[in-house]
Amino acid sequence: MSAAVIVGVLAAGGTYLILQRGIVRIALGFVLLGHAATTLLIAAGGVGTRAVPFAGAGADAADPLPQAFALTAIVIAFGITAFLLALAFRSRDVQGDDDLEDGR
Amino acid sequence: MSELLILVLAVPLTAGATGVLLRHRRRLQRALAWVTLGGVVAISLLLVGATSDGSTLTVDVGGFPAGLAIVLGVDALSALLLTIGSTMTLVGVVFAAASGEDDHPLFLPLVLLLWSGVALAFVTADLFNLFVAFEVMLVASYVLLTLRGGGAQVRAGVLYVGTNLLASTAFLLGVGLVYGRLGTVNLAAVSTAVPDDPAALAGMGVLLVAVVAKASLVPLHGWLPRAYVHASPTVTAIFSALLTKAGVYVLYRLTSTFLHDVDGFLPAMLVVAAVTMVVGVLGAVGGGDMRGILTFHMVSQVGYLVLPLGVWTRGAVAAGLFYLLQYVAVKGALFLSAAAVVRSEGTDRLDRLGGLLRTRPWLGVAFLLPALALAGIPPTSGFLGKYLLIRTAFEAQAYVAGATAVGVSLLTLLSMIKIFNGAFWGDRPGADADGRAPTGTPVGTAARRVLVGMPLGIGVAALVLGPAAAPLLDVVGAAADALLDPTAYLTAVAR
Repeated sequence: MSAAVIVGVLAAGGTYLILQRGIVRIALGFVLLGHAATTLLIAAGGVGTRAVPFAGAGADAADPLPQAFALTAIVIAFGITAFLLALAFRSRDVQGDDDLEDGR
Repeated sequence: MSELLILVLAVPLTAGATGVLLRHRRRLQRALAWVTLGGVVAISLLLVGATSDGSTLTVDVGGFPAGLAIVLGVDALSALLLTIGSTMTLVGVVFAAASGEDDHPLFLPLVLLLWSGVALAFVTADLFNLFVAFEVMLVASYVLLTLRGGGAQVRAGVLYVGTNLLASTAFLLGVGLVYGRLGTVNLAAVSTAVPDDPAALAGMGVLLVAVVAKASLVPLHGWLPRAYVHASPTVTAIFSALLTKAGVYVLYRLTSTFLHDVDGFLPAMLVVAAVTMVVGVLGAVGGGDMRGILTFHMVSQVGYLVLPLGVWTRGAVAAGLFYLLQYVAVKGALFLSAAAVVRSEGTDRLDRLGGLLRTRPWLGVAFLLPALALAGIPPTSGFLGKYLLIRTAFEAQAYVAGATAVGVSLLTLLSMIKIFNGAFWGDRPGADADGRAPTGTPVGTAARRVLVGMPLGIGVAALVLGPAAAPLLDVVGAAADALLDPTAYLTAVAR
């Protein structure tokens, strides 16, 4: 339940931010949406089982696959956030700010 | 043999990374990229031969135990798409050398990275790896699109990155939902379980929305024409051969493995295909520059490509694959001829061009041949593809969608005539209101021969392929058989 609430709040906040005009705000919106997806992936593996997987794994061993998914997704989101911020920086160079509507 | 299929993505990935290190050794970097892509074309052709009997080659990357291993699988559909995709990428980088667009030290490494993402999408049998494949190819395309870094590129880049990132996030959420329900994302396991499980089907629906956006089907098409026109001309040609086609491939794969069993999917695809054709072609007819018209046509043509998914008979799927293969080449040739115009004339706006047929007659032919193939004029390959698509749609009683495809062809021809009229016939207009006339940069004779020769060669091939299509029709027929009965593929990739 708490995972569902977290995903909902993050997705709502992210959706609000990506509808803004500033590129930095859009980038922050995608950071929140990425966190929502990561949380959902972790929750998909079950939040009840948290012991170490593989090495002498018992019945409460965590599912390793969603963790690998989440790790991959985080790395990709990190790279793309950096690229969006570079675009914001470039936009400031070209037109003085990062607002999408101003430049013609 | 099956180990070969790792090479089509691992070698370009390595070569791309090496290419970054070689950014100051331009000739070496160029040789590396060309040899790599040439090798990928050769391996892809070998894979076509190995899978033409309906078999599927698989490999478990890393040798992890079942359930954890990354499964790659190639059947006839994957092999055909690998072949045409790598061929057009190779054509694109050779063309870029002649047009000077590979001057940017990161151009060739990015194209190789883009290709490895596309290749992974074509061969993966796992939904999460499909997400990774889309990301690899999109990250490379984000940078390629904004490589020139002007104000227009930044705005187009944010639109392009934003739309695709939103779709990717939806894709990832869909993967998470499916995994949470089924505990697996292997395509074979998912295909067996999803049709009987409404909750997993809902998760699959979220994923499907993302795929539809990446294939740029209406109503999720708006990003494509707005973003692609701002890329450099050759980059647009490479994008058109690879990016949306990866989305179309995933739609074919998912329809083959289980979506055709889901109630209401086939009629919905028919409606989406027809609406996409109409919306795309109307946007194209209204365009005012060569690349603007051609990019809107990509939307329209994706409608043709997914029409068989709403019919789903053997004949329709074979026709769809034939159309897809020849269309990728023909569309690439059109973008390349537009790129040649931009390179030598300085613009591709139709109100600034004119009379090119007098000064550059071969360039006119290089545009005309693929344009006729795109519109579907006999005896080109485009005519045969459209004829088979429309006939199989009528045979399956999809009358409205079939008739729409006929009508849209006429409008396609109209927009091609509009380009030919504006750019190649008539007189060149003088200076515009500001007193400026667009001028291109001088092109050497050898480079000019390449710029005209490559689209011209593809155009001639399209002309010949129409009457001589029988061998290719056999190959796509075998691929269609494998898609209609996916048991062999699913057994091969199940773990």
